[in-house]
Amino acid sequence: MLSLVTFLPLAGVLAIIIAARNNAHTARYIALIVSLATFVLSLRLLIDFDTSTAAFQFLEESAWLPAFGITYRMGVDGISLPFVLLTTFLTPLCILASWESIQKMVKEYMIAFLALESFVIGVFCALDFILFYILWEAMLIPMFLLIGVWGGPNRVYAALKFFLYTLAGSVLMLIAIIVLKNVGGTFSIPDLMNVPLDFTLQVWLFLGFFVSFAVKVPMWPFHTWLPDAHVEAPTGGSVILAGVLLKMGAYGFLRFSIPMLPDASRYFVPMIFGLSLVAIVYTALVALMQKDLKKLIAYSSVSHMGFVTIGLFSFNQQGLEGGILQMVNHGIVAGGLFLLVGVIYDRMHTREIAKFGGIVNVMPVYAVIFMLFTMAAVGLPGTNGFVGEFLILLGGFLANKGVAVVATTGLVLGAAYMLWLYKKVFFGIIQSEEVQALKDMNRRELAIFAPLIILIFWIGFYPGPFLEIMHASVEQLLKQSDTIKAGTAAIAMY
Amino acid sequence: MPVQMPDINLGLMLPEILVTLLAMVLLLLSAWYGKEGRGTIGWMSIFGIGLAALAVMASGGSGETTFGGMFVDDQFARYMKLLICIATALPLLISLTYVRDHKMDGGEYYVIILFSMLGGMLMISAGDFIMLYLGLELMSLSIYILAAFKRGDVKSSEAGLKYFILGSLASGVLLYGISLIYGSIGSVAFTDVAHFLANAHGHVSPVIGLGMVMIIGGLSFKIAAAPFHMWAPDVYEGAPTSITALMGVMPKVAAFAVLYRVLLIAFPAMHDQWGPLLQFMAVASMAVGSFAAIAQTNIKRMLAYSSIGHVGFLLIGLAAGTSDGLQSVLIYLTIYVFMSTGAFALVLILNQDGIGDNLTDYKGLAKKRPYLALLMATFMFSMGGIPPLAGFIGKLYVFMAAVKAGMITIAIVGVLFSAVGAFYYLRVVKYMYFDEAESPFSMEVSSTSQAVVVLSGVIMLIWGIFPGSLLEWTETSVRIFQ
Repeated sequence: MLSLVTFLPLAGVLAIIIAARNNAHTARYIALIVSLATFVLSLRLLIDFDTSTAAFQFLEESAWLPAFGITYRMGVDGISLPFVLLTTFLTPLCILASWESIQKMVKEYMIAFLALESFVIGVFCALDFILFYILWEAMLIPMFLLIGVWGGPNRVYAALKFFLYTLAGSVLMLIAIIVLKNVGGTFSIPDLMNVPLDFTLQVWLFLGFFVSFAVKVPMWPFHTWLPDAHVEAPTGGSVILAGVLLKMGAYGFLRFSIPMLPDASRYFVPMIFGLSLVAIVYTALVALMQKDLKKLIAYSSVSHMGFVTIGLFSFNQQGLEGGILQMVNHGIVAGGLFLLVGVIYDRMHTREIAKFGGIVNVMPVYAVIFMLFTMAAVGLPGTNGFVGEFLILLGGFLANKGVAVVATTGLVLGAAYMLWLYKKVFFGIIQSEEVQALKDMNRRELAIFAPLIILIFWIGFYPGPFLEIMHASVEQLLKQSDTIKAGTAAIAMY
Repeated sequence: MPVQMPDINLGLMLPEILVTLLAMVLLLLSAWYGKEGRGTIGWMSIFGIGLAALAVMASGGSGETTFGGMFVDDQFARYMKLLICIATALPLLISLTYVRDHKMDGGEYYVIILFSMLGGMLMISAGDFIMLYLGLELMSLSIYILAAFKRGDVKSSEAGLKYFILGSLASGVLLYGISLIYGSIGSVAFTDVAHFLANAHGHVSPVIGLGMVMIIGGLSFKIAAAPFHMWAPDVYEGAPTSITALMGVMPKVAAFAVLYRVLLIAFPAMHDQWGPLLQFMAVASMAVGSFAAIAQTNIKRMLAYSSIGHVGFLLIGLAAGTSDGLQSVLIYLTIYVFMSTGAFALVLILNQDGIGDNLTDYKGLAKKRPYLALLMATFMFSMGGIPPLAGFIGKLYVFMAAVKAGMITIAIVGVLFSAVGAFYYLRVVKYMYFDEAESPFSMEVSSTSQAVVVLSGVIMLIWGIFPGSLLEWTETSVRIFQ
């Protein structure tokens, strides 16, 4: 079942290669149908998912390279399932959003996108370290091409920077994985969670993992690739980058650092909190200064991810669940904002904030939708952003009061740059003829945003079912981070 | 004292005898045929290499020796000989049209390649230093000539001469090392050296150490490991591209086989001495390979530096000296043969009408020839060690072996250099996919080249995802070193 969800998009790649020789439209339809089918299949996972247990479900295991202890092992728990769903949910929307804006090499674009989806789902499902690493790295290739081939004017620089930054971060993780295997004797992720490790080794391994995850999240000061990549990527690429790829880093912390290296994780909490606070405040200030729509949202992503890392490392139920939920929220909201920027970019071919103004007069529907997403980004009660940020701040407050207080200023700054942006773009008098000639959103575009808006309010008013998915797993995670500690102590005593 | 006749079992040498006969027959035939039959001679030599490969497969690999221990036939030799047959046949296949177009297809072209392969095969089976030296010289002399094969071309002549002078110096160093060993021990057989060292219980005279270092130095020249790499970029660039493709893999297979035998059969007792030495060369090679390649604008020079970098990764596994390490080197080397030949085949395809040597000539290739560009991208990503391609599997096993052997620092340095290296591989992809073509040029792709490229590309993908078979083969072949 999991393999089917993971590799269905790859089958779609083959279908496109075979069926859509030079026909761009066939390629588009195949990609859309395949990604929708993947989404429907992943809903099936959600229905069959047993929320009462923290164990990995839908397990699949088959021998791959027994000589080296590498197994094909897949499974999801309450932590990874939301990300799988987020990926399968956002991909069809991205493909719809690229329907008209991508005109050159359409077939190749769709191939790259489906391959990307497949690898990313695999990353969240992989329960073998080498399988995880292979998919984690393989995902760089389609993303590199998406930015480099279909991106904006400075795409080459952005694509190279993205690739090299993330690669340089990841290679150290490979060494950490190999060391873990030598100590624990297996590449199996669930098994390694129960292997006691002494403190010094944990610290080194944590640092090895930290670099690769921190680049991916991205945490300040490893975030500089992100604004470039976001600005240059095509709309679909930006959405998947903000919506899903950034989550891979935080997922890494959740899946590996915290359960496998709990003592080191606790030891490094001050560092993580410090970097997160800098990210929240500093990048929010940077966002205030931006002239480019996409760049502003990109910096706001860094700021929002700072909240997430604070939540994850608060080591309590509220913080962790808030962090995970906030990642899903950010996927929906930032994804939506990038899609909205794409809508206006398709019409005016510029993203410079100063070129807009008075859009509310010509595109009222667009203005309303943009307002909804702005509110969600700011974290207004009733929207999903509020629930996530509230839980995180609650967890952060329990862990360290000062941190929570400083993080709150990020919310204020967030409101400042989003509202400033909204005012500049939508209100005021119409200054140019280009704006005057704008047409409001068409049905395809509305269809993209409808599901996103539903989710914003659903999570905003009734987050219960979403939190329930992760309850058991988060509890287990917290327990794990304590039990291993005991194991370490036992080793130290001998 | 009765005179002892050495035991001579020619059956063990069947592949070598076949290649020798074939080379001599072809030399005669080429004189006989004149200009017309030269293409046929190319095909016949490929066919002959195929026959030799069959003979290798039929051989027992039982570990028997002949000529008084000079020649060894074991599982390791079997594997390496098959690999060297592939590493010779693939570059030959892609060069068939190239040599015809560049008027280099005298029959002697193929005959010399056969002789160089014969030298490589003898090196692989060497049981003592004399056989090693003879094989090495046969191989090297042939390649010196091949490098200078484009007689009218200044760069090619320069490449040949440069390679010859520096190569002779390296051979001299090697020979001096051998003589020091012989002087101290009184034998040139690998097993005798090992026996002597095992009985010495650590009290080894520095002369033996010096001899060993010189031997390692001489052999390092052949694999172009830093700091013995200076010749490689110039020679790679100047030599005819078809020969560069050959030089990139074939001598390396043979030289690594010899390094295995010398280090693990003759000097296993001195692992504490040669281990750090190899580690140093590994780091130096990776550094040179990664950083110098960034500055290159010529693709042949870039691939030369990249090969120096790959040798660095290979040396990590060898420096570990464990069975995992040895196996990882064989895995990496096997993958490298296909990866490098595939990349050079594409360079060769593009290298027509005087363009195709510069990186900028690759601009916009993705639009003109999407499938060729896709394959080139596959080789580049594979060389950069990006999964799910075979190059990653090679690097993964090398690093696994290094960590297991306690060489974590080297492993960390290695992965960092591989990230640096990714930059210049990506640059090729960048030119092909992100840039627009500057000048249109026509490309005529021969079916044999295409077959080699596609084969190598498919292998990159298959071994990247299912390297199981490769693991089994290499596992049995390194067992003799335990």
